[in-house]
Amino acid sequence: MELADHGWVSNLAREVYQRSGENVYLCFQCQKCSAGCPVNFAMDYTPAQLLEAVRLDQESLVLASKTAWLCASCETCTTRCPQEVDLAKIMDTIKMISLEKGTSALPKVSSFYHSFLLDLKFFGRIYELGLMMWLKLQTREFTKDLELGMEMMRRRNLKIIPHFVRHREVQKIFNKVQELERSAR
Amino acid sequence: MKYAYYPGCSLLSTAAGYDFSFREVCNTLGIELAEVPGWICCGSTPAHSTSHLLALALPLKNLQLAQKTGSDKMVVPCAACFSRFKFALSECEKDPRLKKQMMEILEGPFPEGIRVVHPLELFSQDDLLKKIKSAVKNHTPELKLVCYYGCLLTRPPKVTQFDHCENPITMDKILSAIGMAPQPWSYKTDCCGASLVLTETEVSLQLIQKLIDQAKLAGAQAIALACTLCHTNLDTRQKDLEKASGNSYRMPVLFFTQLLGLAFGIPPKKLGLNKHLTSAEQVIKQFS
Repeated sequence: MELADHGWVSNLAREVYQRSGENVYLCFQCQKCSAGCPVNFAMDYTPAQLLEAVRLDQESLVLASKTAWLCASCETCTTRCPQEVDLAKIMDTIKMISLEKGTSALPKVSSFYHSFLLDLKFFGRIYELGLMMWLKLQTREFTKDLELGMEMMRRRNLKIIPHFVRHREVQKIFNKVQELERSAR
Repeated sequence: MKYAYYPGCSLLSTAAGYDFSFREVCNTLGIELAEVPGWICCGSTPAHSTSHLLALALPLKNLQLAQKTGSDKMVVPCAACFSRFKFALSECEKDPRLKKQMMEILEGPFPEGIRVVHPLELFSQDDLLKKIKSAVKNHTPELKLVCYYGCLLTRPPKVTQFDHCENPITMDKILSAIGMAPQPWSYKTDCCGASLVLTETEVSLQLIQKLIDQAKLAGAQAIALACTLCHTNLDTRQKDLEKASGNSYRMPVLFFTQLLGLAFGIPPKKLGLNKHLTSAEQVIKQFS
């Protein structure tokens, strides 16, 4: 079923559809996604409520909600949805829309994404120590998990020296992706 | 039997024991591994949360590299990487336009005809199960444990096409073959919080606590698993749980390949068991 078959379509629903191919109007609010979500206890809106807000064009509510940022991408909702709506992909899409508008309801989580991708772009493979330091600079939580980090170093579970693997090729992939995404907008 | 091997970033650091033990076990079983030359990170959650295209391009780049090994099968032990590879292939299969975009980004042909397999899939084949049984050197009294599969090996089933999405059994089968006693429990595919542990630690700790509590209730003396992030979360956060709850934890958490290695008589150090933060000594003792 195409999006236009639903009569009036909210702007936000259209944007989600164009970016992800996912149609929020298929949802009949059975709540299986929300009952099965392992992180539901920490969310301000359940996944089903967030979908409803997309349908009602409540953009400011959706972008201010912690729900998409708390999503652990466990794919339980996507697996169990009787209408085959890929909720995990919609959560990703909401995060992408937020970031493009320069907001994030959980800045710590988006800082982690940012730090990880920076690390990946620079080294080609993840250099955990560099990632952690970059993340700490952004979140300013310098003492968090310090003891654990030291223990991991002591057992040589974290590499001191980074690998540099194909980082030029990786940077090229990042650039090409950015180019394509810009021209699509 | 030759497989291209994609270890992934965690297997070089926080989950080195998984890499060591997987290589050792393959060696014992006569499976030849050819590491993907100059593999790069799969992008994991930060890529798929921020860019649909990047999330597909990084795994596909690795599949292109894997083809250089001459094998048409690539084995990926990390559940998170495994999921990203499966997603990249299934999304491009569904959408020819996306496939074209990928070839443009990667400046090369689409990696056709290469299959991504997980070690659980590999070792649960009938002929290998037989080999595993005959390779056992250390017979132990039945060790009670629970098999923890986590999220990404089986979900979503249309993408991963592996085992059952709510009640997988491959790990139970493999570990039964070496004389372990996997206990029934309802948390095989529950989430541990994954990378949320770094940023929303309290949320993740609640999930980890539930998993370990339930494993104990099921009578398990250890948890066996097949995902790098699950291992990091369950193994390294038990001290935090003890501080927060006042209860004692100390639940050994092992990769299923480490258990295979112990049964095959491979020394614990060669399996990376000295790297665990929660001691696996109780389990190792049963094997000697």
